[in-house]
Amino acid sequence: MEPILTVADLSVRIAGLHILQGVSFTVAPTGVTVLLGRNGVGKTTTLRAVVGLTPRNGEARGSVRMDGHDLLDRPTHRLVRAGLGYVPEDRCVFAGLTVAENLRLAERRGTTPAYDRVYSLFPELDRRGRQRAGSLSGGQQQMLSIGRVLLNDNRLLLVDEPTKGLAPKVVTEVAEVLERVAESVPVLLVEQNLAVVRRLAAAAVVLAAGRVAWTGAADVLLREAELTRSLLGVGSGDGGQHGAPTAAGVRKDES
Amino acid sequence: MSTVILLTLTGLGLAALYFLVASGLSLVFGLADVLNFAHGLFLGVGAYATWWASGNLPGAGPDGLGFVLAVAFGLAAGVLVAVLVELVLIRPLYSRTIEQVLVTVGLSLAGVALLQATWGADPRPFPRPAWTREVTSVFGANVPNAGLLLIVAAAVVLAALLAFLRWTRYGLIIRAGVENREMVTALGIDVRKAFTLVFAIGGAAAALAGALGGVYFGNVSPGQGGSLLIFAFIVVVIGGMGSVVGSAYAAVAVGLLQQFVNYYGPSGLGDVCVVALLAVVLLLRPQGFAGKVATA
Repeated sequence: MEPILTVADLSVRIAGLHILQGVSFTVAPTGVTVLLGRNGVGKTTTLRAVVGLTPRNGEARGSVRMDGHDLLDRPTHRLVRAGLGYVPEDRCVFAGLTVAENLRLAERRGTTPAYDRVYSLFPELDRRGRQRAGSLSGGQQQMLSIGRVLLNDNRLLLVDEPTKGLAPKVVTEVAEVLERVAESVPVLLVEQNLAVVRRLAAAAVVLAAGRVAWTGAADVLLREAELTRSLLGVGSGDGGQHGAPTAAGVRKDES
Repeated sequence: MSTVILLTLTGLGLAALYFLVASGLSLVFGLADVLNFAHGLFLGVGAYATWWASGNLPGAGPDGLGFVLAVAFGLAAGVLVAVLVELVLIRPLYSRTIEQVLVTVGLSLAGVALLQATWGADPRPFPRPAWTREVTSVFGANVPNAGLLLIVAAAVVLAALLAFLRWTRYGLIIRAGVENREMVTALGIDVRKAFTLVFAIGGAAAALAGALGGVYFGNVSPGQGGSLLIFAFIVVVIGGMGSVVGSAYAAVAVGLLQQFVNYYGPSGLGDVCVVALLAVVLLLRPQGFAGKVATA
């Protein structure tokens, strides 16, 4: 199967720092591909470069292609309208707007917003429509952040650390939702929680110091404790350590 | 007692003038991060276009509907100049703060020089309806009608802006963009259109301030926009960048403080007190009265 996204020789410099140095990988047209690595290796920078959010004091070079079209140098709003959904790190909901207004903002002229889909995944959002997004819990904000993107049809979803800072029960809920979403749209996921990775990901790309250190099937990576430890600084059965991916949080039988 | 009422209402008139200039300035800074020193030019253009239209535009004049037509012409001129400034000069310079400041300061100076070269440096008598030169008795105080007109106009503009921000799609985009512009683009929205729109809104409000300021002061001069702009910036900072309601509160505080202190204290002390208020707010609440939000 042709990959939905092909990243080739992607280099990003920000404020003189060479954050990504010739990163190349592909994203399968179905399921979840996970982008792994220790803190600061360039995972978020990669996602932001793909969606055209490299800061103005930075520069992205190389090739990022989706459906045969080059994405680099195209404005973000055009990429998103072309079907690239982006769920940022730290949720980034509009705190001063209500839940309903956050969702309404994502509506697009000429298309019918899929409120049924969003509310079936996140009934909480329907009930809390008039509540200010800033007063939601972290988990509810994450649901809003994902729901906002799912209001429109997407060709590919980029999801950056959706379980960061969430309670274990909420981590399980978010993982469940992403699992259901990935049945219909491919996902490129940045995730530190190895239990979530084990549950969701079919393929894995591991970054180290701004380069691709390993690619392959996610279960192969997680099965090899020594490989996981050398690439991610944590064993697949470990509880994790600061600055490295963690193995705690979610199991399929919990849900 | 009548003196206090008179000072309060004339202070609110001054506050209305500051608010009309500051509201657009605040939205432009809140959404686009542009410190627009050329905003006073929009006021000057509005004032001179109204002045010119009342004497030259067919149907326009100093009274009745003719005056309304002249003011509408002034507003249209202010909007046109504001949109052109955004599209031609500001748009290529987004995220380049120093260049923006240089361009807008330069444009402000050039604009004043152009007005001087065209119509002279001396103040020109402003054609205004006869009733605006009269006074209305409010609890024994004879309040100038021109001041009351400014207060009513500012209240209408405030209500219209809040309704626009609350109920329209672009209002929603502006409120969200003031919080996190990047995330707005990540939802598939071309935020540059909203930039142009806030410049147009700011240009209209400043031009209205120019026209009604002409009525209030009785004349129009090339440097009027610049001197009002200083206090408008103070209002924006005190009110909170990007907050229309914050600007309204801050304008009232600045207008009343200035009016009362200048009356009861030595002349000019009111201006000093306004700067002192700015310093106190910056020390105690650097985000201003309302913080960085586009509504209350």
